[in-house]
Amino acid sequence: MRELRNREQEAYWFQRRLAVAGLVILACFALLLGRFTYLQVFRHQHFSTLAEANRIDVQPEVPNRGIITDRNGIVLVSNYSAYTLELNPQKIENLDATIDEIGKLIEITARDRRRFKRLFEEFRSAESLPLKSRLADEEVARIAAHRFRLPGVDIRARLFRQYPMGELASHVIGYIGRINPKEKERIEEAGLGPEYKGSDYIGKSGIELSYEKELRGTAGAVEVEVDASRRVMRQLSRKPSVPGNNLQLSLDIRLQKIAEDAFGDRRGALVAIEPSTGDILAFVSKPGYDPNLFVDGIDPQSWEALRDSPDKPMLNRPLQGGYPPGSTYKPFMALMALEFGIRTPNQAISDPGFFRLGGGYWRDDKAGGHGLVNLPRSIAVSCDTYYYQLGAELDIDEWAAFMRPFGFGQKTGVDIEGELPGILPTREWKAKRYPKDPKLHVGDQVSLAIGQSFNTFTPMQLAFATATLANRGVAFKPHLVKRIQDGKNGEGRLTQPKPAYTIPLKDAHLDAVKEGLAGVVSEGTAATVFKGAKYTSGGKTGTAQVFGLRGGEYVESQVSERLRDHAWYMAYAPLDKPQIALAVFVENGGFGAKAAAPIARKVLDAFFDPALLAAAIKTTETNKVAP
Amino acid sequence: MIQLIWNKLTDHIDPLLFAVATIVTVLGLLVLFSASNEAMSRVVSQSQKVVVAVVIMFILANLSPTFIARFAVPMYIAGIVLLLGVAFGGEVIKGARRWLKLPIIGNIQPSEIMKIAVPLILAWYFDKHEGAITWKNFIVAGILIVVPFGLIVRQPDLGTALLVGACGFYVLYLAGLDWRLIVGGALLACGLFFAAWEFNWLHDYQKERVLTVFDPGRDSQDAGWHTIQAAIAIGSGGLIGKGWLSGTQTHLEFLPEKHTDFIFAVYGEEFGLLGAILLLVIYLVLIGRCLLIAARATSLFGRLICGAMALMFFTYAFVNMGMVTGMLPVVGVPLPFVSFGGTALMTLFVALGILMSVATHRKLLGT
Repeated sequence: MRELRNREQEAYWFQRRLAVAGLVILACFALLLGRFTYLQVFRHQHFSTLAEANRIDVQPEVPNRGIITDRNGIVLVSNYSAYTLELNPQKIENLDATIDEIGKLIEITARDRRRFKRLFEEFRSAESLPLKSRLADEEVARIAAHRFRLPGVDIRARLFRQYPMGELASHVIGYIGRINPKEKERIEEAGLGPEYKGSDYIGKSGIELSYEKELRGTAGAVEVEVDASRRVMRQLSRKPSVPGNNLQLSLDIRLQKIAEDAFGDRRGALVAIEPSTGDILAFVSKPGYDPNLFVDGIDPQSWEALRDSPDKPMLNRPLQGGYPPGSTYKPFMALMALEFGIRTPNQAISDPGFFRLGGGYWRDDKAGGHGLVNLPRSIAVSCDTYYYQLGAELDIDEWAAFMRPFGFGQKTGVDIEGELPGILPTREWKAKRYPKDPKLHVGDQVSLAIGQSFNTFTPMQLAFATATLANRGVAFKPHLVKRIQDGKNGEGRLTQPKPAYTIPLKDAHLDAVKEGLAGVVSEGTAATVFKGAKYTSGGKTGTAQVFGLRGGEYVESQVSERLRDHAWYMAYAPLDKPQIALAVFVENGGFGAKAAAPIARKVLDAFFDPALLAAAIKTTETNKVAP
Repeated sequence: MIQLIWNKLTDHIDPLLFAVATIVTVLGLLVLFSASNEAMSRVVSQSQKVVVAVVIMFILANLSPTFIARFAVPMYIAGIVLLLGVAFGGEVIKGARRWLKLPIIGNIQPSEIMKIAVPLILAWYFDKHEGAITWKNFIVAGILIVVPFGLIVRQPDLGTALLVGACGFYVLYLAGLDWRLIVGGALLACGLFFAAWEFNWLHDYQKERVLTVFDPGRDSQDAGWHTIQAAIAIGSGGLIGKGWLSGTQTHLEFLPEKHTDFIFAVYGEEFGLLGAILLLVIYLVLIGRCLLIAARATSLFGRLICGAMALMFFTYAFVNMGMVTGMLPVVGVPLPFVSFGGTALMTLFVALGILMSVATHRKLLGT
């Protein structure tokens, strides 16, 4: 009985405890219900967005950069697709160990390592840096097979910039390189971020820099569905990239080749212009460099060699090399004297071989003088005395005003960046530059008149002046890009050559000067060099004095060579309706007629001889595209 | 004749319990099919295990509770021996020693046996001392829980240890453990937890799991990844879900452990809030039925074991759904009858078998 009651009591207590448990269960399930409602009703929108973001990845589609050809359609810059081995420094703890590991699978050279290290120093926050490019298929396979134990190591197919001409025309074409943080900032500020999405490269110099906007194209976007390991499952939508525009240069790469070869090992510059359009036919800066070195990051050794070479291969001499023009200035002085009405073409002076003014004494180049010299002859024989006298008579500011439209001491506005203006001396300039001796003396003018002293012009400026003179005062802005072909629809548009302005010049005056320039070639200072030419031409030699070493270290073995004068030659041809005007500059070349004129001769010979041109660079199916 | 066989077969099957278990199991197979990216192999493998488990359930249901009670001691001892075997010669998988390689049977996880063995031996023990249960009995019972608990914690497998401990505790609670002791014990447990935290008794991964409950964004690649991706899956499911086989989180592999512990995220994504409520209702019916069987049980053994099993089902369901929705730390608890895996399925159907045995052998005991 008692036991039974106990049992009943127990069952009662037990059921009470079960009831409590049941309440706890209900409470817990209510909690779950609350949680579900919170997630699936109140936060539904939020999580839906996250799920979509999870699922959808927008991947940039990098546009093809425009290709660059010469005026005849020969390819100067192209793209090729290749596999690169890339490392993500953010995902790799020990870079050296990883590179060692990779080195066991494929060959990693010391140069690859150095280059990678340099890239890494510069782009620490980058998510992908190339260790080795242009992988062979077998190397790709070997890395792919071991990728699972190499986190942060990736193989990517990338488009590479290729400069098939190597050093040839390197200062025209320039090169591309990785976008550095400063450039990135500039891109972001300009609101160009979307256009550059996914691309790591940007033009750094030459056409590649100046025409970056045309060449780069616009990045596209591909919306893809991805799984958790970011593997693409399918494409949802695609906004295709717009390829960059192709550029056709005015440059004739064959003429360029002949010009560069004519320089041999000498340093210098040459600019050849078509006077009637402003097309730049050749643009030489020697020595050059191989732009291919920069494409996937230059290794420190090569970079230091380029940077520290006393030959300054990275200096764009036609645009940045400022030198006194020497006697190539004389034709322009003569033209000014005629226009100012202080000389007539046939008025002659007697040259005793020297010029005296006040206490000053200036020697002519030729001992004993040139005898009776009129204006054309003063050019042909390069009579200094004629110009000493002229220089002493002129007002320097009027002088400068006359020279300015010819481009002296001005940027010519050529379509690649980095041009320096040079110096066209005026009173104001002298006072500013030399506060302790602010006056520009008559003696200075005597020297300036024969193209020495403060005159500092670039080879580009002399070429422009020559072309403008050859074109009878009608100036065309010199340019390197002739035609821009739309990368999308293939339509071309010419960079219309319009005369920039016309310098009012009297025909009689021009003819007198041109007679003198023709005389240089037929009987004057360049007669020997141009003997037997199959075309007519006018030209003028020049020799710029080197006053001393500007900067640079004193290296004895090089002194004698580096102290030599610079050689100039300016020319146009043929005399009637000139098709080409050029300026040649040979650094420390010595006398203009000896060093510079022969280069001009070779270039002009080739320009007028299709066979010579054709032999310079073989046009093949592979290097030619339809213009 | 057919009627007779049918009666024989169904005599000891509780129809409601069996129906609910069937519904949730079939539902589970559907979700599993989706979670396996529509490949049949897992579904087939799980179905085979269901068949085996149902047979075992059937056998157990036909045994009398007194007969089942006889297995309590041998099963418990075997479990302890196996746990010791694991401790000294277990297979190390993912940094924990949980598996034991046995001849013939193959790999087994002895801690799983304890989920049944502990409540079973406690129910048997209290039943033996029915009517004269004193605090001494509770101390013995406590020891019976602590020994396997300690062994499992050391593996380490805190999740299973807590479940085993919980199953044991439910028996103590139902046997009439003093409320003051329960409250005191709860406070002590909290104290122990903080001590464990402070003195680094917990493994780093365990701490990390606890921390990520409070802030799943802590480390979205590792510990919190599971929780975040599960929340995205469930939340993006919305009211009615994305539809069966249409969950993007599921099919694009964003969900980790999606066939096993995190399968509820798949379900929540594809069937939405309505589906989740349906599942809650199913579990409530199941648990309610178990509680009812416990309440009606004629022996203390039956009451205790059925009550404990009911609470075990609840614990599985609540802890799993709680952890998948980010309310509780991530411990390895499967969603009952749904998660892929034979061991858990076996445990659940064994529990069902015991419940049915108790439910259908009442009259026999009463006499």
